Amino acid sequence: MISRRDFIKKTVIGVAGASIPVAALELLTPRRLRAEKEDKSRVRWVFLVDTYKCVGCGMCVKACKLENEIPYDANVTRTWVERYVTTKDGKVHADTPKGARDGFITSKIDLGTDGSLDIRKEDIDKAFFVPKLCNQCENPPCVQVCPVGATYQAPDGVVLVDRSWCIGCGYCIMGCPYGVRFFHPVYHTAEKCNFCYHRINKGLQTACVQACPFGARRIGNIKDPRDPVAKIITTERVAILKEEYGTKPQVYYIGLDKEVK
Amino acid sequence: MNNHVLRPLLVVILLVVLVLIVRAFYVPKSFGVHQRGYMYGWYRDANVEDWKKFKVKYQGTDYCKDCHAKNHETIMMTPHAIIPCEDCHGPAVDHPSDPAKLTIDKSRELCLRCHYPLAYPTSGRANIRGVDPEKHNPGMECSLCHNPHKPGLEGLK
Repeated sequence: MISRRDFIKKTVIGVAGASIPVAALELLTPRRLRAEKEDKSRVRWVFLVDTYKCVGCGMCVKACKLENEIPYDANVTRTWVERYVTTKDGKVHADTPKGARDGFITSKIDLGTDGSLDIRKEDIDKAFFVPKLCNQCENPPCVQVCPVGATYQAPDGVVLVDRSWCIGCGYCIMGCPYGVRFFHPVYHTAEKCNFCYHRINKGLQTACVQACPFGARRIGNIKDPRDPVAKIITTERVAILKEEYGTKPQVYYIGLDKEVK
Repeated sequence: MNNHVLRPLLVVILLVVLVLIVRAFYVPKSFGVHQRGYMYGWYRDANVEDWKKFKVKYQGTDYCKDCHAKNHETIMMTPHAIIPCEDCHGPAVDHPSDPAKLTIDKSRELCLRCHYPLAYPTSGRANIRGVDPEKHNPGMECSLCHNPHKPGLEGLK
């Protein structure tokens, strides 16, 4: 027979234990990622974007599409560049015509079916370009929702899609808060930026990093303490996108603004 | 136990065994739970190697500079030195064997990617000299007058 005292004791311990979520015990920072040296893999790919340097030429988008065999005229792309223009009346205008495959060669803001909007130079408060790509999250929601194990996180942190295994259900496309996924027009499977996995494993830069004349894009290994990109991420002021989702994105931005989502 | 219980039970057991046998053959050996556990690391391991084998198309300026040393030297002394060869000349892939000749993009739109004037503060674009394409010799290829490898005005053809 259990005594009343024991019963109350055990209940309190049980309730207290059950109320601590596993997530509360975990805190993941770039520094900890780097420190996890016992880890089998010595590489954790990360990306650094300097929005001050980006001029919106879109050479990265062009190079990415050609390198990764994404049909050139289909309106899908693994990486794209967004333009943000804040006017003196406080309005924010943003566009990315064709994902900036052809750059920004007009001052008119693309409004899709509503035409375009020309903003006078005098009305601009601030304006800049933001390159976007897959964040290769440490907690990738797209991987969690895949019902068949077709998308996964490789040991070096890059999220890949197994084209032969993907059933095309589209859960991952819905699950990504950054909207980086789409269906490949030829294979009809989920498609996404994979940091040019075939290039970075041969010691090359990604196609977008190599094509950027201004050094706005850089890739690095956060686990290598001598890596210049890792150094900037761990010692300088950088920001990430949609931190509140808890996805722990691994694309870091210099010069990010509150309008950028 | 009665027959009406045993028989369906047997059918169910057979079905389960059948599924297990099919599964053993159908699911690739490298499919399973890997480093990051079931939530993030449940996949076909061989696919990682598949992606590594993907064809490289952009070879980089270092790939060009030995055979095209003169062109490389000229552009390296100009502000255009920062532009990789393949941005304008297209991806080298297996050049010179395949393709034997690269197609150069000489369109006005290519130059305008940087030289359309957008005076955006806090963006590097504001520091690049630009022209209004509607007023500056419209319809003509920029390279008819300007040498992209010697973009300064002294390089005018």
